[in-house]
Amino acid sequence: MALEILEPGLSSTIQDRGRIGYYRYGIPQCGSMDQYSASLANRLVGNTQAEAVIECTYMGPAIITNEDAVVAITGAPVDVLVNGEPREQYTRIALSAGDELRFGIIRGGTRYYIAIQGGIDVPVVLGSRSTYPIGRIGGVDGRALAAGDILPIGKPIATGLGELPSIADALRPVYEKSASVRVLLGLYDHNLSADGVRSLLDSEWTLTPVADRMGLRYDGPGVEWREREQPFGAGQDPSNIVDAGYAVGSIQIPGGTQPIVLHRDAVSGGGYAMVATVISADMDLVARSAPGTKTRFVEVSMEEALDARREQAATLAGVWG
Amino acid sequence: MSESASTTAHATTTARYTWGGDEFLFVEITEEMSLESNFISNSIAAALEAREILGIVDICPANASLLIRFNPDVLEHAELEQTVRGLESEVRASANRVLQTRIIEIPVWYNDPYTNETQARFREGYHQRPEGNDLDYAAEINGLRDAEEFIRRHHESPWLVSMVGFVAGLPFMFQLVEREHQLEVPKYLSPRTDTPALTVGHGGCFACIYSVRGAGGYQMFGIAAAPIYDPEQKLADLSDFMVFFRPGDLVKFRPVSENEYHQIRAEVDAGTYVYRQADITFDLGKALADPAAYNAQLLEALDGA
Repeated sequence: MALEILEPGLSSTIQDRGRIGYYRYGIPQCGSMDQYSASLANRLVGNTQAEAVIECTYMGPAIITNEDAVVAITGAPVDVLVNGEPREQYTRIALSAGDELRFGIIRGGTRYYIAIQGGIDVPVVLGSRSTYPIGRIGGVDGRALAAGDILPIGKPIATGLGELPSIADALRPVYEKSASVRVLLGLYDHNLSADGVRSLLDSEWTLTPVADRMGLRYDGPGVEWREREQPFGAGQDPSNIVDAGYAVGSIQIPGGTQPIVLHRDAVSGGGYAMVATVISADMDLVARSAPGTKTRFVEVSMEEALDARREQAATLAGVWG
Repeated sequence: MSESASTTAHATTTARYTWGGDEFLFVEITEEMSLESNFISNSIAAALEAREILGIVDICPANASLLIRFNPDVLEHAELEQTVRGLESEVRASANRVLQTRIIEIPVWYNDPYTNETQARFREGYHQRPEGNDLDYAAEINGLRDAEEFIRRHHESPWLVSMVGFVAGLPFMFQLVEREHQLEVPKYLSPRTDTPALTVGHGGCFACIYSVRGAGGYQMFGIAAAPIYDPEQKLADLSDFMVFFRPGDLVKFRPVSENEYHQIRAEVDAGTYVYRQADITFDLGKALADPAAYNAQLLEALDGA
């Protein structure tokens, strides 16, 4: 069984939970930016959490199926059309052979997900089907989908879980024009002046359109660095360090002007000081932010970060239990 | 103010331990770059790898620091920190200052038309000195006579791969010479949106080879002839893994002419090209004590290859 891509959309890629363990070679984890939404879609179609889905950015693809199929659309709010007829997001949708799936314009957020029973069965590269375009691996030939692509679909999977027809409202992500993103200070926060730290934590930052799978850039008042003599091998700018590994989710502020949150396709290292890191539980929230989102970075402790992580895991366990 | 890693006093650890959120431990050996810091970072990484600790997801040694990704559901952060601190003090106490590695010859066409053409597209607003090219600029700010002398300094002494990353398979390299002989250049004022694949670049004290085409901020000096990253793994040197370089590899650049560059490209296309390389033992003590004499000895290993 297969799906044919009639129109690719703006940037539609195959993603799964990610490619873990190759960051040391500069290969990022990739995977669905909004892991929670992708997981809900897989649950609805009767997959495990490991199956690959299609991540759609702003404008989704037009797809035709050559056999009967079960799909689900989650993530950013968007009109779902099957042969021109509207269908519900966050529900299990049965398609017949020859049905055409199309999408309207998103009404918030940035990305939505298409899961199909059996999963998108492109080849596994280094343990994952996720697309890494710079390294030309994963997905379809290591790139975003193109018109004419034929996506192989796996066989239905025996998960042992009951059929879930739809996701309860309370479990669906909410898309808002503002966000409070929890961060742990650390890494090179000591290179900021006291005023610089206050600017980071007390200011409202607006997400710019310069936001993609590698990183999201925010506009705001800027931050001030502590005056110091730059160490040998670092650049001349106070925001420079001797090139080091970048934590996923870390916030760097090149030149002290616009903070950048590194996300799942991030470069694995470089010479800009990271001053805080988004906690793992809030990475999906950052991924859902649309340009213009008014964002505050809220400092939390390691214990609070771990509590939030456990809370998120418990929510997912409820869906998958 | 910051959520710092535990401050438990430990007599023999001097690195700075800090957290990158709830999944990353960052260990800064020193703020500044040095051969010794890189050696310590790589040694801790190797020792940690050998422990095969459940919950450690990725160990990324860098120039003078180490980034460790872990799963906090499986491995408690305090326990990880304690383990790494233990390894740091073992590494510092150890008399073992040798590394079993290899030296690889990388053919480079310096001052080539591909990188020069790209430089010409990113001049005004991007570069410190819009007139001339990156080699002229690098020669001048290092107080060297001309681009030719800069090129000679660049390839006559070997380099250590001090980190692999940024994008897939990109090596950062640190030249095995005294600090006063290090070549240093600033990065572009603003990063380019394009860099040819296999560009030999330089920023701060680090050389790099861009493994893939894309954005970049390093000055551009030439182009390497053979791939260092290939997901299709067509060359014998990439048959085990799509990434060629490992931290700890030694690199000797060899200048090639336009003709030889194209000959090598033809061998690459035919899938027959093999990197000239030799296994060696790298001794940090000797490298620090008398770099010139020790480099000559290292390069002899390539003569037999």
